[in-house]
Amino acid sequence: MIKTDILIIGAGPTGLFTVFEAGLLKLKCHLIDALPQPGGQCSELYPKKPIYDIPGFPEVLAGDLTSNLLEQGKQFQPGFTLGERAETIEKTEDGSFIVTTNKGTQHHAPIIAIAGGLGSFEPRKPKLEGIEKYEDKGVAYFIKDPEVYRNKKVVIAGGGDSALDWSIFLADVASEVTLVHRRNEFRGALDSVEKVQELKLLNKINLITPAEITDLHGDDYLQGVSVTKDGHTEIIEADEFIPLFGLSPKLGPIGDWGLEIEKNAIKVNTFDYSTNIPGIYAIGDVNTYEGKLKLILCGFHEATLMCQSAYKRLNPGKKFVLKYTTVSGIDGFDGSRKESPKAVVKAIV
Amino acid sequence: MQDVTIHITDREGEKHTVLAPTDMAMNLMEVVRSYELAPEGSIGVCGGMAMCASCQCYVNSNTELNTMEDDEDAMLSEAFNVKENSRLSCQIPITEALNGLEIELAPDV
Repeated sequence: MIKTDILIIGAGPTGLFTVFEAGLLKLKCHLIDALPQPGGQCSELYPKKPIYDIPGFPEVLAGDLTSNLLEQGKQFQPGFTLGERAETIEKTEDGSFIVTTNKGTQHHAPIIAIAGGLGSFEPRKPKLEGIEKYEDKGVAYFIKDPEVYRNKKVVIAGGGDSALDWSIFLADVASEVTLVHRRNEFRGALDSVEKVQELKLLNKINLITPAEITDLHGDDYLQGVSVTKDGHTEIIEADEFIPLFGLSPKLGPIGDWGLEIEKNAIKVNTFDYSTNIPGIYAIGDVNTYEGKLKLILCGFHEATLMCQSAYKRLNPGKKFVLKYTTVSGIDGFDGSRKESPKAVVKAIV
Repeated sequence: MQDVTIHITDREGEKHTVLAPTDMAMNLMEVVRSYELAPEGSIGVCGGMAMCASCQCYVNSNTELNTMEDDEDAMLSEAFNVKENSRLSCQIPITEALNGLEIELAPDV
């Protein structure tokens, strides 16, 4: 079981900054995120887009903001459980919590900080009759282990970067790769589009556009898919079908944790961003209160106040005052120390 | 600057007539959000970057709109429930030309 002081659910900018603020108070953090990498929306949706309203940064790319936040918090050695979704929570006798992910990983912490943004990113599933029946039996919305596709006939649907990138990658793994997209145009990095074009000419990718997958076939395991193009439908053999139509955030299981929910968000007390369950806080885009603004900079503020409250809850009666990093420096949990250089005092003779 | 009148049918089929300012650099998705005509978290998820299609709408009037750009077109090519008259409302800036526009919000997926 993973043990920590503050268990942060959501590794977006607010969750990552919590690591830093908690670290200043000697509190250790562990983060859970459904995505395979930290950064939340900043790294999943728009890593190359600029953000203009982070104080002190006239312009910063979302991906760079994520890297900077990771760098800023790294001396506090946060732990990560990535690619797993926080599923259930139970309260222990001593008032702490055990959070278990969809893959069964257990985390034990006295404080929970939900920084889940708009929720965990779930794949957008195409509306195909009976698709659920084939999930994990030939249909997958994520590629976890590319080896699963070795020497298989794979059909990929979608027109974005994931569909292009995985088609390119699997062209060398699978026995056959078919990429189906509703348009002739793809929305992806130019080099990926060009690479797919090249692989198509080499007959390593079978490209069918403008077309759509309209049906799935197979008794127990998937055996084929119907592809409709120009009103004409044909069935092609397929061992595996991977629809890649992007991700959409859902509040998900957190919505069933007994927290007060309003407008798809968790209601908090603006004194310290605590929820209706003592010991559980909600910060960043996932919370709501009168006057709430879903801005990264507001998430940073909320994280800072929340950490002070968590400290008091964990150390009742223990004195502490806010310190300035410029004055006191930063002592990392890894033994590192950052501090401002001492003033030089020297006589002029 | 004049406000414009826009008729919006929400996902439950209820019709709303709203006023939208033309001088606040708003887009149609933001107008829908400002009147809370769709639940928070179910519209404008990507913030208005034509990257999620959660603000897809159907345009039911002959109002002349700004031309669709490549990123909107590409996003719609991956979205669900797309029709001939689909647009991403985040890509439609509120201008005086929109007066009388009628739209219907596409289903939440």
